[in-house]
Amino acid sequence: MARVLSLLAVLAVLLGALPLQAQNDLPPAPYAYKQLDDPAQEAAAQKLMETLRCLKCQSQSIADSDAPMAGDMRHQVRSRIAAGEDPEAIRSWLIDRYGDYVSYAPRVTATTWPLFALPLVLLALGLLIMLRRFGGPK
Amino acid sequence: MIAEIGLAALWLAFALALLQLAAGVMAVNNPDTPLAALVRPVASVQAVLCALAFGALLLLFARTDLSVSLVAANSHSAKPLIFKLAGAWGNHEGSMLLWVTVMAIAGGLIAIIERRLPERTMIATLSAQAFVGLGFYAFLLFSSNPFERLPQPVPEGMGLNPLLQDIGLAFHPPTLYFGYVGLSVAFSFAVGALITRQVTPDFARVMRPWILGAWIFLTLGITAGSYWAYYELGWGGWWFWDPVENASLMPWLAATALLHSVSVLASRDALRTWTIMLGVVAFSMSMIGTFLVRSGILTSVHAFAVDPERGSFILALLAIYIGGALVLFALRANTVAEGQRFSIVSREGALVVNNVALSAILGIVLLGTLYPLFTEAFGVKVSVGPPYFNPVSAIFVVPMLVVLCVGPLLRWRHDSMKRIRPSLITVGLAVLAALAAALIIGGTDLLPFIGILLSAGVAVGSLLPLRGRSLRRLPLAVWGMVVAHFGIAVALFGMAADSAFTQEELVAAQIGQSTTVGPWSVTLDDVEPIAGPNWTALEGRLLVSYKGGALYELDPQSRNFWTPFQQTSESALLTRWNGQLYAVIGDDAGQGRWQLRLWWKPFVTWIWYGGVLIALGGFLSLIGRVAVDLRRRSAERRIAQRHEEAVS
Repeated sequence: MARVLSLLAVLAVLLGALPLQAQNDLPPAPYAYKQLDDPAQEAAAQKLMETLRCLKCQSQSIADSDAPMAGDMRHQVRSRIAAGEDPEAIRSWLIDRYGDYVSYAPRVTATTWPLFALPLVLLALGLLIMLRRFGGPK
Repeated sequence: MIAEIGLAALWLAFALALLQLAAGVMAVNNPDTPLAALVRPVASVQAVLCALAFGALLLLFARTDLSVSLVAANSHSAKPLIFKLAGAWGNHEGSMLLWVTVMAIAGGLIAIIERRLPERTMIATLSAQAFVGLGFYAFLLFSSNPFERLPQPVPEGMGLNPLLQDIGLAFHPPTLYFGYVGLSVAFSFAVGALITRQVTPDFARVMRPWILGAWIFLTLGITAGSYWAYYELGWGGWWFWDPVENASLMPWLAATALLHSVSVLASRDALRTWTIMLGVVAFSMSMIGTFLVRSGILTSVHAFAVDPERGSFILALLAIYIGGALVLFALRANTVAEGQRFSIVSREGALVVNNVALSAILGIVLLGTLYPLFTEAFGVKVSVGPPYFNPVSAIFVVPMLVVLCVGPLLRWRHDSMKRIRPSLITVGLAVLAALAAALIIGGTDLLPFIGILLSAGVAVGSLLPLRGRSLRRLPLAVWGMVVAHFGIAVALFGMAADSAFTQEELVAAQIGQSTTVGPWSVTLDDVEPIAGPNWTALEGRLLVSYKGGALYELDPQSRNFWTPFQQTSESALLTRWNGQLYAVIGDDAGQGRWQLRLWWKPFVTWIWYGGVLIALGGFLSLIGRVAVDLRRRSAERRIAQRHEEAVS
């Protein structure tokens, strides 16, 4: 089973890598500047694209960039959504390839947990301040 | 010659700041020394000299003096004059000089006009102001000299980043700097009051106009920056939680909290230490913002200085000022008495909710901005963007806005919910109406949905303080509060509507081809090459009509600048009261077709109308407060005069 999976993974990487190796002077991939016909699918793709980083730009999502690589990634996202893949599965696939950096939605991991812990601490602290200030005997 | 005069003026200003600090430190515990009389005049002369230095730099840029290294590196003789002048601060050295100039002028102003506080507090405040100024002078003179000459004048300048050649640039940095520097004055007042332990309502009244002024400029700066990014970058986004955007948002959050807490201190003599703390935090955020933006840690259109030496210099300044102020705060805070008590259902109680929430949001934005830099230092790259900031900050924004609906209706010190029940019901009905409307339209995500409901509640709640009061006699400061809070509702509605209802259309269109986006029909009429002073462009002519009505023309361009080479999209916008049509022309898509990107963004302009209303509210408040102060002062003068006459 593991061998089949790893074979599939290799295949996926190979297939996925093809459009991304396109040179800059080639015309952009079909779905870089073309929307999906189904509005619901396009909306899902758009939502996902807005949360993926264009790796060659300065702080832009792939939905907001003219860079050729962003166009290629938009093509990837749109064609995978059209094939019925789940947006979060596409995100995981991209993270596997490019690392956590590609996703603007940080995951809870050993390095990123303080991002999620601190808001909870702040919430508790805020409630505590209110309680101490107002909760006691009048 | 001009460059040398500018440099000399800058050195003299540096020396005077040193004198101001030394005299201030010696005089603060001994106000009878002659040195005490020196502090105020020195502060004013320092301001004049610094303004002279900045004037010299403007003149150099206006003349495109190519023997000056900064001009050669950032200007070009073919630029229009307005961009030559704006170019003076469109670079690292010039922008730091602008910063220190505004700061020196602010220091000079308080030295000349401010007479309400005890003289000791004023001396301590002006010393703190000089101490902060010294760091920036040193930074300019030792590592970022804007007046450096080239060994040989160059024949032509390098030009300015095309993205920055925009009228927005002429106003964006000065606006933000006025804000940052206003907070530096608040910081100096806070440090001054900590040193002399005199945190009084009078002190709050003196500090308040500076906070209000700073806050107005920050609000306008953020609003303008957001609109600039929206139309200039050509992708229709108006906020991306980009570190540079966050750097401007953080001082605004702190200033907003400070503005509210200083009002409590001025009216009720409560929240003393908290207000001082926020004064320190607000300016710290300005410094952290400057550090992030200018140090080159972030690569962006703002990072002029990709020079590690300068980055370390700013970091050192940051550590000295913030660290020093926090140590002073730790030493002195417990010697400042807490002030008046109040119950949770009261105006102060609502303002405490505002302050706690704003501080928590500030903490989240700070963490989300710095954390990726922190992990990168350990070799792990992560991105923190809208999917993190939006929901996490909403945890605090939502309760804060709920409290905002009714907070201004509450009385000081102690009140009951029963008294304001009719108002509660009115707000509730507004929210219910919005809920019904949102459900009928449908198809929105959770956050925009909540945003629409809250905007209705805040809009109605913000107007309720006007009920039953004579509109003509209402103090300007109350009008200011109402307008600013209403502006929040307007901006929030714009944000929610834009994310919920935007429609996008991408087409590769032939000449003559029509398409639709939302209620608009769009025809590509023609594409023509045109030339500007330092660029060439392809300009599309689009004929558009709203629901089959009158035809309008939109001319988006795809521009190529040649000094330095860069391609940019100049979007074309058509504004209606209920939204904007946003059009961009892209590359030749082959076979005589052109790539068009079109968006219909319902109510998107309300975001910036709201921002302007918020700033306008601040402005009304500022005028109201200053007018009341002036009237009070002249009344006090008259009383004193009569007293003297009676005695003699």
